[in-house]
Amino acid sequence: MSDPVVTCSGIILVVASAGDLASRISGLQEAVQAAQSSADNAWMLASSALVLMMTGPGLALFYGGLVRRKNTLATMMQCFVLMALITVLWALTGYSLAFGEGNALVGDLRYALLRGVDGDPNGDYAPTIPHHTFMVFQLMFAIITPALIAGAFAERMKFSALLVFMTLWALMVYCPMAHMVWGKGGLLNAFAGGAIPCFDFAGGTVVHITSGVSALICALYIGKRQGYPSAAMKPHNLVLSFIGACLLWVGWFGFNAGSALGSSALASSAFVATHFGAAAAALGWIVAEWSRTGKPSVLGAISGAVCGLVAITPASGFVKPLPALVIGFAAGVICYFMVASVKQRFGYDDSLDAFGVHGAGGTVGALLTGVFATNAVNSGLKDAAGRALPLGLVDGNAVQIFHQAVGAAIAWALAAVGTFLILKITDALVGVRVSPEHEIQGLDLSLHGEEAYNFEV
Amino acid sequence: MKKIEAIIQPFKLEDVKEALKSIGIDGMTVSEVRGHGRQKGHKEVYRGQEYEVDLLPKVKIEMIVPSARADEVIRAVIQSARTGKIGDGKIFVYDVVDAIRIHNEERGEAAL
Repeated sequence: MSDPVVTCSGIILVVASAGDLASRISGLQEAVQAAQSSADNAWMLASSALVLMMTGPGLALFYGGLVRRKNTLATMMQCFVLMALITVLWALTGYSLAFGEGNALVGDLRYALLRGVDGDPNGDYAPTIPHHTFMVFQLMFAIITPALIAGAFAERMKFSALLVFMTLWALMVYCPMAHMVWGKGGLLNAFAGGAIPCFDFAGGTVVHITSGVSALICALYIGKRQGYPSAAMKPHNLVLSFIGACLLWVGWFGFNAGSALGSSALASSAFVATHFGAAAAALGWIVAEWSRTGKPSVLGAISGAVCGLVAITPASGFVKPLPALVIGFAAGVICYFMVASVKQRFGYDDSLDAFGVHGAGGTVGALLTGVFATNAVNSGLKDAAGRALPLGLVDGNAVQIFHQAVGAAIAWALAAVGTFLILKITDALVGVRVSPEHEIQGLDLSLHGEEAYNFEV
Repeated sequence: MKKIEAIIQPFKLEDVKEALKSIGIDGMTVSEVRGHGRQKGHKEVYRGQEYEVDLLPKVKIEMIVPSARADEVIRAVIQSARTGKIGDGKIFVYDVVDAIRIHNEERGEAAL
């Protein structure tokens, strides 16, 4: 039997503290949000740094090792200067053109000069992290994408032309493509009412198809290196390339798992898919190469891994680990034949295989995302009743493969037309290609006045 | 005086140096060079792009010795550098007109 007096006084106590309780609950809610925000922000800042590391030193070493000794520094400089150039452009208008609301094709200027971009989250994109973090994370993608193109015109493009080309390319190709796929109201943005719902978790279309296809146009426009393909143009230092590829692999965890925009289970899933894709692709390339030339090369193994990372990029936040193995393996084999067979047959000089790796791998990944995307991994797309919608073919949504193909085709078209026009403009302004004398001397000396290796006494 | 110029397989350099030391020859100039005689090169493949590499890495040893010792030195080099396969290299012998030691201007065999 309870004591009525005690019970009575207990009720009085509760009534008296009801207002108190409400404020304590809201205080707790704020504390929980703050805890989630700082956890998400920690991962996103780390991811942003990882993605920058992919360009410098990752890609700079990867590409730098693949060129001849006389062009080592010039090739690294092409990557490094983009870390500076794109950053400035991003602050001026780049971020806004990509992520301002704008229309279906391109953003507006609401965030020009980073107006309104501060410590408060942007609810449209990443409600748990500061807008600053989201902006700088996206900047790292905008840096590496044009840097990838440099592989196509390595060893023969003027530095001044590179600056003009990349400025225009970032604003006229990258920003619109990023807006269409990831921006609020973008044409292809499946998660924000895009007319053509396309799944591109971390940039298969935005980063790899655009850079890869632009690379092909650049290679065709600027022409072959003197002596290609009869003169020996062996990679001068595959050890550098090896280190670069390994840094790319690690950095890619920031690229893909970071695209979850928080430290969620989805980030873990993307991390796992990324790793599995890279591993299977390394083996895929090795198998294809070994059976065709009789030797499994180190350059093949690291190239294969990069192809897998490229192909898994759009799929990473949508697929389970075993499909990631399938996507990776397919990319490793297909990209091998693109660079070892298709390139030779057509005779274009995509010097470091930016198209064969990123264009082909990105397209393979974009299409296979339509096959393997599943709401068991990503339940972000819901119907009116809050049920997760089917995503790819494995969920019974076969039409997604068509949507993916349309998205890829738009990326191909924008990159091809945009790059051709930009090359024309660049050629008219400063000339695209170095003089034959400079090309023979090497760009390190002729453009930058220094040499990579000074081993003499 | 004779100049003996031996072009050998790089991995035989230590054996040759050892053999020359054992007969009292300790002055020599060694360079890393590339070249080929009858030995065929090899194929390298980078992402499907094939390159025939016919200039192979070799080591060139140059020694100036008293004429009377030339045959002995040549035999030591042959014995220590030979593997019995194509690519073992060649030895060339030249007459030397004079030799001068820079620091004290000794001349002829005294300068060796």
